[in-house]
Order: sequence, then structure tokens, then C-alpha cells
Amino acid sequence: MTSRSSKTRLQLVAVGAVLTLGAAACGGSSGGGGSGSKASAPGVTATTVTIGSHQPLTGPAAPGYSEIAPAAEAMFKYINDGGGIHGRTIQYKYKDDGYNPANTVDVVKQLVLQDKVFAIFNGLGTPTHSKVTDYLNQSRVPDLFVASGARLWDDPKKHPYTFGWQPDYLIEGKILGKYIKENFAGKKVGYLYQNDDFGKDGVAGLDSQLDASTVVDKQPYETSQLAQPTGIAAQLSTLKAKGAEIVVSFSIPAATAVALLTNLKIGFKPQMVVSNVGSDSTTLTGLLGKFSKGAVGAQLLNGLVSDSYLPLTSDTADPWITLFKKIHDKYIPSLPFDGNVEYGMSAAYTFAQALDAAGDNPTRQSLIDAVEKGGFKGPGVVPFRFSKDSHAGYTGVRIVQLDGKGVATFKSDASVTTDETSGSIDPAPGGAQGKPGDDAFLKP
Amino acid sequence: MSVLTLTRRGPLANTLVRHLAFAVLGGVVLFFLTSTVSAYRDFQIANVGYYVVAVAGLTVLTGLNGQISLGHGALMMVGAYTAALLLERDNPLPLVVVLLLSVAVTAAVGALVGAAAARLRGPYLAGATLAFAVGLPGLTSHYADTFGGDNGLNVLTGPPPERLGLDFPPERWQAWITLTAALITLVLLANLASSRVGRSFRAVRDDEVSAELAGIHVARTQVLAFIISAACAGLAGGLTAVVSGQVSPGAFSVALSLSILAGAVLGGLGSLTGAVYGAIALVLMPSISSSASDRFTLSTDVQHNLPLLVYGALLIVVMLAAPQGLQGGVRRLFGLLRGRAPVTSVRNESVTEVSVTDPER
Repeated sequence: MTSRSSKTRLQLVAVGAVLTLGAAACGGSSGGGGSGSKASAPGVTATTVTIGSHQPLTGPAAPGYSEIAPAAEAMFKYINDGGGIHGRTIQYKYKDDGYNPANTVDVVKQLVLQDKVFAIFNGLGTPTHSKVTDYLNQSRVPDLFVASGARLWDDPKKHPYTFGWQPDYLIEGKILGKYIKENFAGKKVGYLYQNDDFGKDGVAGLDSQLDASTVVDKQPYETSQLAQPTGIAAQLSTLKAKGAEIVVSFSIPAATAVALLTNLKIGFKPQMVVSNVGSDSTTLTGLLGKFSKGAVGAQLLNGLVSDSYLPLTSDTADPWITLFKKIHDKYIPSLPFDGNVEYGMSAAYTFAQALDAAGDNPTRQSLIDAVEKGGFKGPGVVPFRFSKDSHAGYTGVRIVQLDGKGVATFKSDASVTTDETSGSIDPAPGGAQGKPGDDAFLKP
Repeated sequence: MSVLTLTRRGPLANTLVRHLAFAVLGGVVLFFLTSTVSAYRDFQIANVGYYVVAVAGLTVLTGLNGQISLGHGALMMVGAYTAALLLERDNPLPLVVVLLLSVAVTAAVGALVGAAAARLRGPYLAGATLAFAVGLPGLTSHYADTFGGDNGLNVLTGPPPERLGLDFPPERWQAWITLTAALITLVLLANLASSRVGRSFRAVRDDEVSAELAGIHVARTQVLAFIISAACAGLAGGLTAVVSGQVSPGAFSVALSLSILAGAVLGGLGSLTGAVYGAIALVLMPSISSSASDRFTLSTDVQHNLPLLVYGALLIVVMLAAPQGLQGGVRRLFGLLRGRAPVTSVRNESVTEVSVTDPER
């Protein structure tokens, strides 16, 4: 009888002991940082700046996008090997979230609370990153250059710490819509879009340009459908039945590849127009080969229209491409040299510029001020919009077209557009592109 | 059934008083714990809080009533989406009311599933609940306008109350919310287990025919157990929405259902103390194994799968070393220390565990 009650007590003690051990374990792990004279902010020591990111290293968005963070890290390593920024090296911690919003919340809290990063950089994905913007802004953590073109990131009043980077999907939708109207006049258009702010912003841009009578149908897809045997066949069959001659697709690469293969299967041959983020030809060629077990490849990309705001990776005369190739060959030779690598390196370069502009002893606020001051010039062929009133990045794109080998060529000059749906579409101003070596920290 | 007759004297003889006393004591310990640890630990503790609720609910169903469920992740999803949709409105209801509604809605869904489950046994029951777990997330794509598809919904819970101070860490506030819910759940379930209802649960588990002969309505008892368990899952789901600030189908995959069951098995089926261990393990294990894989530079494929591997290995080791789960292991350890022969039968093990707090026995 007494043994019973003492046993209960012992169990209670055991639970208490476990909890106390947990607490003790934590006491040991928090720490780090902080001792150097120039440790001006969380994540900043006399010799390092630690930043973090969430990336889809696995899951539906991994094909292609999983190269972005290693490419950004390669750019940081190149800069670090050249002396870093104000004598500090950039340490880049990126964690896998599998393109699953629930994981994004976990890894971002881990980066902010446990790893105590200075800033979150290039967090990838609309459905994922939209779940952490409130948290990052409440915690006053700079949230720079989100790897998504949703318009969610450009809201300086509500989210003063969040900045976009690539042209938003509305801009893209508008410019693609205008190109369709001018070059495929009178043809019937169908939309395929990811059912979130990524796809919906693109649709809003397209709708602002295309005559509603030419748009026969709008079909949303869910990323989880891509892994299912039926895929997105229902959507494309509907577009085929409605007589669409052009299919505009705001899709991630895996969805674009599934759409192209589905079209082949159901004998649907529309002119494909695909948003920048879903059209990298190296990634698509790889996916087409993998999904069809080698039966088809780049030939399905023939004639595909897309857009870009960075130089073409095939343009070896461009000094940025030369530099990126050099960094690629030195640090990440096992990855293909494609648009994803170019994207990661370009975004990392803009971050380095912002950190450089944030001063000798950067603080979270000085970093934000530096981006709001703007004026960055890099590989992009269009200017940034960054200012106190706008946290949007690149302001426009150029139309490109792929051939049967997946090689892209420019079909138009770069266009820029104002943010509002009604804003006009104008030729991009000259001189938007910078040169490698403009900034002392990056030696070409 | 091994029956030990024992009596107790003093105020602790009353089950409710004793459970409440433990809860208050636990609350005080946890208050000091959450106030001293870092914000990240508070975030983890907040996660432990809702896992305790879910695992405790399942351990009552499986350990006390003998019904298996592979669908508790989906039930959590019902609770989480209920909370998310209620909190999304312009003038949201108070959080307590929202969570209670999550419980009510999920209990109602649990009644439907439970009614079907009461007709099924063993692998058929596992299969049916598994189908529920697989199928339910798909509904969000079907009704994407309401549920937001794969993108999910953002959940705005607001900052901690102002009287706690402006610098009060939101993670600690969330930990307090989930721990309070966990303590209340544990008290209620502990009382339930030592009540008449709890005894009828066990009677049905041990032998349905003799339970029926003793005047227990078997099907009704099983449905009731399912409803209670679902209510816990609903509360846990509502709490995940609050802690995570979002709901999306990806958070409620089959893997969640399986890990809740793994947590219950790991801690010791039928044991509420074990549910606490199981919940702690569910939160700590992924972070321990992922930091271990960070330390050794591994390829992405290995790194991504290592946590699962470690998890599986640990489950096997625990099952080999302590077949009755961590709580069974702890109990056996104390038994050995006091020179008592360990209790070996699994069935008796879970009964004695519950009867620890049962003075009528």
C-alpha cells in the first residue's frame, strides 16, 4: 500500500527530472555569438554574419529549386574567399521544408530562435513563406528577397521587414498577356495555375491585358495532385475540350513537365506560355526524361514562350554568366549550370550588396534601411523598385522562347511595368544592369 | 486481471483531489520551467503540450479500450481547420471558446467514425481509420475556396496579453496555452480512467462477451471511447493551429497519424504518464537527429532521411528493451531498485498503471 503511493511519487519525480534535464540541455545550447567588439546584432560577430533560409530540398518543388540555395551559398563562399563583407564572412544556413508550410514554420522558428540568424534570406515559395511573414515581422527579423513573385511581400506598412526580389507574378502576367495579345491575336487562351497567390497573381496580370472573350477557361491545380497517378489530366482535358489554342501556365517546374507530358498523351497541342519560375529548360528537360523514363526530352519544349529578367545562361559573352560559371565550376560542379543556379547566385549577390550598404557594424534596422535606399545594380536587365514605399524587387521581364533543344532566345526587349493592375507597360530604361567588379567585395 | 486491493487515507484518498493536486504541482513546475528556458525551448514545449493532448487521447482509446486508430492525424486536422476558420473572422471569438468548438466539432466527427469503428475489429479497424487519414486532407483541394487547398490558411492569434508586458515572448505564451490544455486533459482523462466509465472501457477491451454479460453495452462503450479520444485530437488540432500560425493539409499527413500512435506505443500504451514521455520524444527526436545530421556533412538525401531512420531505430530499441514502452521501462526500473519482481504481462501492466490512481480497486 505505501509502496503504491511512493511509486506514484517516484513517477512524478521522474517526470520532473526529465523536464529539468530538458531545461538544462537548453541552457547549454543557447549561447554562441556575442563576444566580439563588432557583434552589432543577433547573428553578427566580429568575423561572421549568419543568415538562414527555408528551401524545398525535397518534395514537389525540389526539382530545380533545390539547386538555388547551394548556388547562393557558392556565391557567398566566393565572396568570403575574397575577404567577405566589411571583414565578415557570410554563413548561410538553409533548411529543408519540403515545400510544406507546416515544416516552414518549424524550420524558420528554429533558425530565428535557436540558430539566432541575423536575417532570413531568399525563403522559397508562396504557400510556404506566406506562413512565416507575420512571425518574422513580429520578431523584427529582416526577411530579404523572398524567392517567390507573389505580391504578398510588398506591403511595407504591414510587413516592414519583408522584401521581394524577382518580378512579381502580376508584372509577369501583364507582360505575358500583352505579348499574347499582340503576337497571337484572336486565338483562344486557357489558363493553368497553381491554386495559391502565385497562380492567382499571375491570373490577375493576364486578365488585365487579355480580352475576356478570348479566355476560354481557367484551371487551378494543387501541388499534391502532381504526385497522384491522375496528375492534372482533368485540367488539361477541360482546356482541350474548351478549344484553347494557347495555354498560359503559372506553375512550378514539376507541374509544367506533367502538363507537357499530359498534353502529349491526350493529343493536345496548344502554344505553351509558362511563367519564369516554371520554365527553366535544364530542369524541365531533366524532369521530362525522368517522368517519361527517357522517352521524351527537350523536344517537348520547342516553341515554349516564357520570360526572364536575368541574362540567358547560354549567353557566354555576358560577364555575369562568365563569373557565375566560374563560381559554379569551383564550388558546385556537380550541379547543372542552369537558370536555378543563376537565380541563386544573383539573389545572393543582391544580399551581399545590401549587407555591404548596411555599414561596418550592421544592425537589423540598418540592413532594412539599406534595401529601402535601393540603387542596387547587378545581373538583372531591369531595375529594382526598392524604396521606402515599395518592397517589390525587379520591375519587369523580357520575353524568351525555347527551341527543340531547350535553348532560349530573347523575343523582345525588356519591358517594365508599374505595380498597379492598370499601370502601363513600357520599355525598360537602359543601364539597369551592373558589371561584376562594380562592388569591391566581388572580384570577377 | 491482477487485482491488488489497497486503500488510502487522508485527503488524497479522493481521486479528483489527488489528480488536481498533481496538476497544480505540475503547473507550478512548468511555470518555472517555461519562464527560465529560451524562446526556442518554449516553442518546443508548446509543441509537446499539444502532442500530449493527442497522444493521451489515443492511449485511452487504444490502451484502455483496445481500439486502434490510424486516423487521429485527420481528427486533429478537423480541430485545426475548425479553429482556423473561426479565428479567421473579423471579430474572432475568445480563444477558449474557439478551442472548445474545435473539441465539439471533432467529437461529432469522432462519433461518426466511432460508430463505424465499433463494427470493425483489428486490421479492418486500422484500415478504415487509415483510409480516413488518407482521404480527409484531399477535401481541402476539393473545397479550396473554403479551406485554401494545399496553400492552407493563415491563423492569426495575436500577441500575448498586454498585462504580461510588451516584451513577453509569444512562444512562452503559446507554451502556457498548450500546457494548460494538456494538464486539464490529463486530469480529466485520469479521472475518467479510474471511474466507472474507465472500468467499462477496460472490461470491453479484455473480453467483450463477459463485459456484455456484466451489463455493459459494448458498441456504445466503444463509440464513447472514440468520441472522447476524438475530442482530445480536436483540442490538439486547435492548439497546433494556434502554435503554428497556419493550417495546411501537409501538416496532417498519414505520417502524423502514425507518429501519434508511435508516441503512444513509445510511451507505453494505456499510460497517461507514458503519453507525456511519448509526446516529448515526438518533439525532441526530429530535432536531435536533424542537428546530428547537420553536424556531419551528409548528402541531402541521407540528411533528409536520417531523422526517420533514427526514429525507427529508437522505436525498435525501446520495444526490445522495454516492451511496455518508456513508462513500462521506468516502472520496471523502480521495481528492480526496490527488489520487486517486474510485472510482465502487457495487459496487466496497463491495468496496474491506471489503477495506481484508483482507490476503489
